[in-house]
Amino acid sequence: MSQELLINLSIVILLLPLFGFALLIFFGKKLPRQGDWLETMMISSALVLALIVLFQKLTLYHDATLMLNFTWVDFHNVPGIGPLKIVLGISVDNLAAIMMVVVTLISAIVHWFSIGYMHGDVRYSRYFAFLGFFSFSMLLIVLANNLLLLYVGWELVGISSYLLIGHWYEKKSASDAAIKAFIVNRIGDIGFFIGIMILFATFHTFGLEEIFDGIQGGRLPFGSEAWLTAAGVLIFCGAVGKSAQFPLHVWLPDAMEGPTPVSALIHAATMVAAGIYLVARTFPIMTADALTIIAYIGAITAFIAATIAIAQNDIKRVLAYSTVSQLGYMIMAFGVGAYTAGFFHLVTHAMFKAGLFLGSGSVIYAMHNALHHQQDHHTDAQDIRNMGGLRTKMPVTFWTFTIYALAISGVPLTSGFLSKDEILAGTLAFGGLTGHTVIPIIGFLVAGLTAFYMFRLVILTFMGDHKDAQRLEHIHESPKIMTVPLIVLAVLCFFIFYSFNPFGATSGWIARAVERPDSVVPASVAAAPTETFEEVLHDSHGTAMVLSLLLAGVGIFIAFATYYWKRINADRIAGSLSPIHNFLINKWYFDDVYNGIVVGGTLAWTRLMRWFDDTIIDGIVNGSGSITKVTSSVSGKFDSIVIDGLVNLTAYLSGFGGLILRKSQTGKVQTYIVFVVMSVMVFYFVFRLV
Amino acid sequence: MSISFQDVIATGPITVVSIVALVVLIVETIRDKTELLTCWISITGLVLAMIVAFTSIENTGTAYSGMVNTGGYANFFAVVFCIAGLLSTMLSKSYIQKENIEHGEYYFLLLLAVVGMMLMAAAADLIIFFLGLELMSVTFYVMAGFVRKRQASNEAALKYFLLGAFATGFLLYGIALLYGSTGTTNIESIISRADILPPNTTFLIGLGLLLIGLAFKVAAVPFHMWVPDVYEGSPTTVSGFMSTGGKAAAFSALLLIFAPKLVNLVGPIQEVLAVLSALSMIVGNVIAISQTSIKRMLAYSSIAHAGYLLTGVVAANASGTKGILFYLIAYTVMNIGAFGVLSTFESKDRQNLTFDDYAGLSSKKPVLAGLMALFMFSLSGIPPFAGFFGKYYVFVGAVEAGYTWLAIVGVLMSVVSVYYYLRLVVLMYFKEQAVISEPTVSSLGLTALVISGVAVVELGIFPSTVLNIIANFF
Repeated sequence: MSQELLINLSIVILLLPLFGFALLIFFGKKLPRQGDWLETMMISSALVLALIVLFQKLTLYHDATLMLNFTWVDFHNVPGIGPLKIVLGISVDNLAAIMMVVVTLISAIVHWFSIGYMHGDVRYSRYFAFLGFFSFSMLLIVLANNLLLLYVGWELVGISSYLLIGHWYEKKSASDAAIKAFIVNRIGDIGFFIGIMILFATFHTFGLEEIFDGIQGGRLPFGSEAWLTAAGVLIFCGAVGKSAQFPLHVWLPDAMEGPTPVSALIHAATMVAAGIYLVARTFPIMTADALTIIAYIGAITAFIAATIAIAQNDIKRVLAYSTVSQLGYMIMAFGVGAYTAGFFHLVTHAMFKAGLFLGSGSVIYAMHNALHHQQDHHTDAQDIRNMGGLRTKMPVTFWTFTIYALAISGVPLTSGFLSKDEILAGTLAFGGLTGHTVIPIIGFLVAGLTAFYMFRLVILTFMGDHKDAQRLEHIHESPKIMTVPLIVLAVLCFFIFYSFNPFGATSGWIARAVERPDSVVPASVAAAPTETFEEVLHDSHGTAMVLSLLLAGVGIFIAFATYYWKRINADRIAGSLSPIHNFLINKWYFDDVYNGIVVGGTLAWTRLMRWFDDTIIDGIVNGSGSITKVTSSVSGKFDSIVIDGLVNLTAYLSGFGGLILRKSQTGKVQTYIVFVVMSVMVFYFVFRLV
Repeated sequence: MSISFQDVIATGPITVVSIVALVVLIVETIRDKTELLTCWISITGLVLAMIVAFTSIENTGTAYSGMVNTGGYANFFAVVFCIAGLLSTMLSKSYIQKENIEHGEYYFLLLLAVVGMMLMAAAADLIIFFLGLELMSVTFYVMAGFVRKRQASNEAALKYFLLGAFATGFLLYGIALLYGSTGTTNIESIISRADILPPNTTFLIGLGLLLIGLAFKVAAVPFHMWVPDVYEGSPTTVSGFMSTGGKAAAFSALLLIFAPKLVNLVGPIQEVLAVLSALSMIVGNVIAISQTSIKRMLAYSSIAHAGYLLTGVVAANASGTKGILFYLIAYTVMNIGAFGVLSTFESKDRQNLTFDDYAGLSSKKPVLAGLMALFMFSLSGIPPFAGFFGKYYVFVGAVEAGYTWLAIVGVLMSVVSVYYYLRLVVLMYFKEQAVISEPTVSSLGLTALVISGVAVVELGIFPSTVLNIIANFF
C-alpha cells in the first residue's frame, strides 16, 4: 500500500467513530436496538483498519513518518508578527500506529462488553454515541502532529469523559464526580495551554516538527533555556491533569462513579494514557531539569497511590488507585529516559488494566443481580468485604482476573513482567547516572506493593468463603458477550505478543519500532544522551529482574499469608498501626486538604474582597463623592450650556440627516434618477477625473 | 468567427445550464402541471453544471475566439452561481406554491439568469460582459414581477426595469467611450492600454461611466435607491437570489474590469471606489438599524455588504481579491439562508416579515430559529462562521494597500451591523409571544437551509478549503 493510502486510511479510522456518533445522537432512538450495533461496527472496522495500517507501517515503512498537512487558516501579514499561517495535519509514525491499535482495540472490546453490561439502560443509545465520540477524540490526539489539534482532541476527550462519568446524572455522587474531574483537569490544561502559547509565541507554529527544528537550530523561547524548561514543565502539567498525577490525581478515583466499561476504556486504558502519550510526543524538547521533575512526580504518584490502594475496600477504587500508581510508573519511566519502556508499559497496562476493570464489571454485575434477586438494597455490590468465594461460580471471570493480576504484578511469562522490568532497569540506570537513588528505591517498593494489593483483591473477591451462602446461590457467570472480551484481553497479557523472549523485550517488535527520539535541546541542559543511557541500562537489567521478581514474590506471599492462610492478622496490624491505616484509608487526606485550602481559601478570599469593597472602595467612593459634588455644580453649568448644546445640535443634525435620507427614499423613480445624476456630478467635481 | 464543438465543451457549465433551461422551457410548453418535474430538472441540471465546473476548473483558457474565458476564475464563479441557483430553486418550490405563482417558466427564468451570470464572470470581452449582464437583468425584471396579481411586485419590477435601463445607458456609453479611446473591447487589452498610453479624457470618462453602471448592479451608495424597494416587492426567494447571485455576478465583472492592475494604474479610480465603499458601508448600516421589516433590513444590509466587498476592490492586491472571492461564496450561502428562512416563515398574505413577528420563534421552531441565528451571526462577521474570514481578508487587503481608514470604517460599521442582526436573535430567543404562527417548512426547503447552515460553519472553520482553490487564480 502506498503512503498516501495509509494516511487516508488513518483518516477513515479517525472519522468512523465520529460518523457513528453523529448518526446515533440524532437517530439513535429510532434505530433498531437503539443503534448499539452501528457504533460497535464502526469501531470494530476501525480496529481492523488500524491493524492493517500498523502491519503495513511496520513492514513497509518502518522508519518513515507518514504526514498529511493542510493550511487551516492563512492570516497573511498580521501586524506585529508578520506572515502567519496555521498549518494543521496528522502524522502516522510507529508510536501513533501502535497507539491507534491500542485505542481501537480497547474501545472495540469495551463496546462489545457494554452491549451486555449496559443492557436496558435508560440512555442506552446516548451511551454508545458518547463512546464513539470519545474514540474519535482520542484518535485525534493520537494522530495530531501539532499542538493545536492535539489540544482540541485533549479537550474533546475531557468533555466526553465528563459526559460519561456523569452518565447516571440522577445520582448526585456521579454528577459531582463528573464536575470534579472536569475542574481538576482544567487546572492542568491551563498549564498545558500556557506552555503551547510560549512555544507559539517563539516559533509562530503549532507543528511539533517545526518546533523541534527551531529549537535544534538554536532558537529558544524568549532566548533562554529556563523558558524552555518552563515550557516543557507547563506542557507536562496537562499530562499531570489528564493522567491523574500527583497532585491532581484526586479526580480519577471519584470518576469510578461512571459505568464500569467506561472506567475500563477511559479511566484505565486510553484517556489517562493520553498524558503519557503527550510526554512521549514532546519528549525531545524536555530539558534535563524538566525530566527530573517528571521523574519525581511520577515516582511520588506511584508510591502514594500504591499505598492508598492497600487500604481500600471498594473493588473499583482499588483498581483506580492501582491505575494512578501505574500511570506514575509510566511517567517516571519517561522522566528517567526509559522512553521505550514507558510506552511499552502503556500498551501492556492498557490490556491488563482494561481487563481488570471489565472483570470487576463482571463481578459487580453478578453481585448486583444477586442482591437484586434477594431484594437487598443495602449491601454494597462493590465492596470486596461482601464478596469472597466467587471462584467456583464465576470461573471465567476468576481465571482471567488472575491472569491480569499476575501481569500487573510482573510475574514472568506475562506482558507486565517485560515492561515493568524495563522500567525498573531504567530507574536503576538513571539512579546510577545522576545520583537520584530515591527513584529506583521507590520503583522497586511500588512493585512489591502492587503485587500485594492485587492479590489481596483477588483473594478477598474470589477465594475463601462467601459472606452470605444464600446470596452465593444467586451469583452466576456473566453472559458470553461479557466473558469473551475478558478472554481476549487475558490472552493479550502473554509475553508472546510483544517479544519472543519471555525474559527481555529489547528484541521485541515494540522495542524496535519505538525508539527514543533524540533530544533537540542545547547540549548544556540536555539529559544523558541515548547511547550513554543504553550502556548503563544494559548493565542494570540483571539486577532489576532479580530484584523485581523477588519483591513481587514477597508481595504475593504476604497477601496469601494474610488473607488466605490467615497467618497474619490484618486487623491486628491495622489496629496497632491505626494512625497510618487511617491515613491510608483517607487517601492521605488529599481531598480534605484541597477542600480546606482551595475551597476554603476561595471563600476566605471572597470575604476579604467583600471587606475591601465595603471599607476601602466605598470609602474612596464616598470621599470622592463629596469632591465631585463641588466640581459637579461647576461643570453642571458648563454641561447644560456647552455640551448639551452640542449634543442637541448633533441629535438635531442626525435627525435632520435621517429625515433627508428617509425623504430621499420616496419610492418615486424620478427622484431616484435625479439623485443619481446629482451624485454623479458631485463625484465628477470632487475627483476631477479629467 | 466560427464556433467549434471545442468551444461548447470548454464552456461546459454555461452549455449545460443553457441546455437545461431550454429543456425546462420545452417541457413546460408541451405538458400541463409540470412544476414538480421542471423543478427537479433544474436541480439536476444545476448540480450537473456544478460538477462540470468543478472538475474542469484546472483547464484555463479561452473559447469562442478569445471572447470567453474558461476554467479557473470563470468556473469558480460558475460554481458560486450554481450554488445560488440551486439553493434558490430548492427554497422556491414551496414558496411559489404558497404564493400561487407556480408557473413553469419560473425555473426557466432562474436558469437563464444563472447563464447570464456565468457569462459575466467568464467575459474576456466587454460585449460578452454586456450580453451576460442584460441576460441576467432582464430575467430579474421578470422575476421581480412574478406575482402578477400583487401591486408591490409589479411596482418592484417596473422600478427595477426603469432604473436598470438607466444604468445600462451609463454602462453602454462607457463601453463605447472605452472602445473609442482604445480601439478594442477586449478587457485584457484595455487594461494593458492604460499601462502604455497616458490616460486621456475619453478613456477616463469611459471608465467612470462603466463604474457607475456596475455600481448600480452591485448596489453601492449613491446608486442604491432601487434596492430596498425592489427587494421588498419581489417574491422573497427571488430577492434572495438577486441579492446573492446577482451581486456575485456584478462583482465578478467588476473584478475583471477594475482588476488590481487597472486600479493601481489609475489613481483617481481607486479614490472613487474608496468613497463608494465607505458611503455604502455607512449608509447601508445606519439605515438598516431603523427598519422594522426584516426584508428591508436585509436589503440595506446587502448595500452595506457591497461596501465591504468594494473595500477589497480598492485594496487591489492579492489579499483583497482573495477576500472578495471568499466573501462572495460566504455571502451567497448565508444570505440565501436568511432569505430562505424568511420565505418559509412568510405567510400567504405577506405577513410575518417584521422583527416583532419573530419574537419567541426559538421555542416553536428551534431548528428554523437556530439556522436563522446562525445566518445572522455569520452576516455580522462573528467567528467561527463564514462571514468572518471574508471580512478579515478584505480589511487586511485594505490595510496592506494603505487604506487603513477604510478598514477602520469597515470595522466600525461591522460593529453597528451587529446591533440589527443580533436584535433578531435576541427577539427569537429571549422574547416571548403569546400567539405565533406556525411556519410550514417543506423538506426540500429545509434541506437547502441545512446545507447553507453547514456551509456557513464549514467555511468558517475550514476557510482553506475554498482559499486553496482561489489561490491558484492570481
